[in-house]
Amino acid sequence: MIRFKKVFKAFPKDSLALKDLTFHVGRGEFVFFTGHSGAGKSTVLRMVYADELPTSGAVWVSGMATAELRRRDIPRLRRRLGIVFQDFRLLEDRTAEENVAFALEVTGTRRAAIAPKVMRVLTQVGLAAKAHAYPRELSGGEQQRVAIARALVNDPLVILADEPTGNLDERATRGVFQLLRDINATGTAVMMATHDLDLVRQTTYRTIELKEGALVYDSGDEPSALAEDGR
Amino acid sequence: MTLTLREALLSFRRAPLLSGLAVTTIGFALFVVGLFGLVALNLRATLAEVAERVEIVLYLARGTPVDVVTVAIGDIQVFPEVQDVTYVTEDQALERARRELSEFRGVFSDLTQNPLPASLEIQLKPGFRDAEHVAAVADRLTGFRFAEDVRFGGDWVEKLDRLRGIAAAVGLVVGIAFGAAAVIIIGTTIRMTVLARNREIQIMRLVGATDGFIRRPFLLAGALKGALGGLLAIGLDYAAYQAVSRSLFTASFFSPGQTLLFLLCGTVLGFLASAASVNRHLPPL
Repeated sequence: MIRFKKVFKAFPKDSLALKDLTFHVGRGEFVFFTGHSGAGKSTVLRMVYADELPTSGAVWVSGMATAELRRRDIPRLRRRLGIVFQDFRLLEDRTAEENVAFALEVTGTRRAAIAPKVMRVLTQVGLAAKAHAYPRELSGGEQQRVAIARALVNDPLVILADEPTGNLDERATRGVFQLLRDINATGTAVMMATHDLDLVRQTTYRTIELKEGALVYDSGDEPSALAEDGR
Repeated sequence: MTLTLREALLSFRRAPLLSGLAVTTIGFALFVVGLFGLVALNLRATLAEVAERVEIVLYLARGTPVDVVTVAIGDIQVFPEVQDVTYVTEDQALERARRELSEFRGVFSDLTQNPLPASLEIQLKPGFRDAEHVAAVADRLTGFRFAEDVRFGGDWVEKLDRLRGIAAAVGLVVGIAFGAAAVIIIGTTIRMTVLARNREIQIMRLVGATDGFIRRPFLLAGALKGALGGLLAIGLDYAAYQAVSRSLFTASFFSPGQTLLFLLCGTVLGFLASAASVNRHLPPL
């Protein structure tokens, strides 16, 4: 579903951000991207939503090579992805409900269809009762749940989560992580960048470790993991 | 469309101070442009009024037969520059002199013989009331055998010409300067509102908003601000016009058509300024 092939990424006045990266994320998979700050985790996710394009090599998302997308195709690609950030990126002057509805309005969804969909995902993330609260009235964990609801509302192929628990205390971290696991259990793939190794160790999900832009470890390559996945 | 309108209106509610500032700034910029337009309008009207008085007087030789004069009037009337020819007989000339030059009334009443010649007063069409055309027509008129003298006040027609030239040049330069200043001020003001919503634009991009979807509310809000600014400017211009009319001299104001055009200009200006700044500040995808 998401394929990186010999991807290099160079930024001006910077060493290579990504070096010869090749991997594949299948439908419904949960993959951690780990590594130190600046290892290239965020760049990988940005490549998936075509915020950055490879300097050489290619990135395919659902069969489309991002480098070949026309400008007007990029929004269409992003509507099939759900993106979650460390800093939530909610619109401060809109309620939780409006923030989620916004992602549907953008796609031109009929007004009548918006409200039920919004309530469904807010219920799914456990925030139905706080639909009318503004971001400033919510805790960090709750704000991240709203962001996740917004990412979910378009039924994405994959959730791209860039340090989603980076700003949260331990309890909220557990809650948000469990939510992502629940979402993954319903068949949505999750690509999560994190440097919280405790989270990574809690599960047997596939882990890709990056170091200075290069892939240094992929647990999916291990025979046991392959056998476990049945691939 | 309803969503675009809602978002555009919401932008006023979300940033009332910035929106108010934008409308006020646009209003004042257009106010100055409008004020200048009023000055130009009134100056032009005054000059046209003065120009209307440009006429050529052909004094007839004494004893020119009336039928010759009648034929000549017909000839002159078909000159392309000529609007009107008036025949003033000797008696009418004397009558007019008595009426208009009242201080010489005694002199005129004592006359036993009318010393004033008959004349043809020739008015030119608008557009031909400048020194060059007036001189050309006067030159042609001297060709008539019965023409004793042709007068047209060459000096002051030339002065009027120069004044008109200066007014047009100053009008053009100052008009362009004020217009450009207004465009820059409006552009900057709208750019501030776009920058203030930069974060929102980025979030819109992340959830898959198209360029058009992001741009439309900004363009509509810009056009609305332009229209409101234009309305404010017209109000201020009208107040200024009233103040001048009451205390200094009677001036004229924009016609309803011109007022509408002014508002339209404000709207288009707001729209274009938003288009320019949104395009420049839309973050890359």
